[in-house]
Amino acid sequence: MKELRDKRVIRGLLSEIEKRTQEIPSSPRIMEVCGTHTMTVHRYGLKNMLERAGVEMVSGPGCPVCITPNEIHEAAIELVTENENFILTTFGDMTRVPTRKSSLQKAVPAAGSMVKIVYSPRESLEIAGSNPEKQVVFFGVGFETTIPAIALTLREAFEKSLANFSILSALWIIPPPLRAIVEAKEIAIDGFLYPGHVSTIIGEKPYQFIAEEFGIPGAITGFEPSDILLGILSILNQIKEGKAAVSNEYSRVVRASGNPKALAVMGEMLETKDAYWRGLGLIPQSGLKIKKEYSAYDAEIRFNLSIKGGSGDLPGCRCGEVLQGLISPPQCPLFVEKCNPDSPCGPCMVSFEGACYVYYKYNPTIKSKL
Amino acid sequence: MCLGIPARVIQIDESDLGKVDYLGTRVKTNFALLENIKIGDWVIVHAGFAISRLNEEEARETFSILREMAEKEALNNNKERKKQSKR
Repeated sequence: MKELRDKRVIRGLLSEIEKRTQEIPSSPRIMEVCGTHTMTVHRYGLKNMLERAGVEMVSGPGCPVCITPNEIHEAAIELVTENENFILTTFGDMTRVPTRKSSLQKAVPAAGSMVKIVYSPRESLEIAGSNPEKQVVFFGVGFETTIPAIALTLREAFEKSLANFSILSALWIIPPPLRAIVEAKEIAIDGFLYPGHVSTIIGEKPYQFIAEEFGIPGAITGFEPSDILLGILSILNQIKEGKAAVSNEYSRVVRASGNPKALAVMGEMLETKDAYWRGLGLIPQSGLKIKKEYSAYDAEIRFNLSIKGGSGDLPGCRCGEVLQGLISPPQCPLFVEKCNPDSPCGPCMVSFEGACYVYYKYNPTIKSKL
Repeated sequence: MCLGIPARVIQIDESDLGKVDYLGTRVKTNFALLENIKIGDWVIVHAGFAISRLNEEEARETFSILREMAEKEALNNNKERKKQSKR
């Protein structure tokens, strides 16, 4: 496995990449769709190395904490501040997202209520089991990587007829926003690095339309530095040969048809809906909701929540544009001085995979400005 | 969010619950999303669930492509050095 971070391998890949960029007419712009990719690109200094080799990297919408509109975060805050004896469980990043109604971390819960951070959605079932006198709501956010785990948790709750458990869902599927970004034509993308772990679930086929309808090359990519460079090299090879395909450069983990068992449980428990994404607006069939048969476990229905649209960003925050690759974080006037990990103005500075956080953390010259 | 760790299965029961070993740490894991998991298999774990099994053959193939890249680079460097020493 040492090849994945080996200096000589990385140097070899970079010089191949540089050779290739000299063989194609214009310098390519590649979007890394996934926030975990953004992290690798910056953490290992690949962003600057690639720039020198003639490749521009832009970050995409692949951070679920970031693209979840403030309205949903606010609904979660209301649940735990306005209801007594209520336990809201969620992933750590979600608790720090600032909204017009404070954040889950800072808001004061009602009597007997609390916010609990979980690593796995299943922990929420254990919490519900040991607190029968309280309502437990799992604020479940995620892309296809996480959704099967949430769907299985939902099924387990249903099978056990857990009366005090429900899910506030913020579930997103990756291919529709990619279509939205390409069709909006606000930014020209020459290639996509497709998210490796989303692809373990959905496989290669859901990205085909990008190659077939729009002629844009792409590669499913893993998360080590060599993986990222291998994906980029594959995209450049496609550009050079005038081809567009979905190549799988993470074949040690991703099967062409994805994970059938995971897809089955998603299809069993959830159905698609039109959904609002922060920055990208309403995207048809881009979200998942709990099926009617299981609506007793849907917190939105159980607690009669009305969650509206997706325009509740804090003033000045430009996360929406960052998520579409339209601006890079340093172009936001709030960046660093007014918005940093200690006092974030938007989710892109909160999540460990948010583009603003990643830019801040791995760029020493930025931090020295403070 | 989509972080997944490669880890080895060290325990699994009939209800698909068990543990993986990740760099010496034992992590509770649910294997219900995969078929026929055995002790010793390598899997990718995300949010307490194993979401994919590692394919060793494919891994070896990728690693050999990567090693070729490093060798090619070393060869090029040697040629450059020789050119320079001739000058």
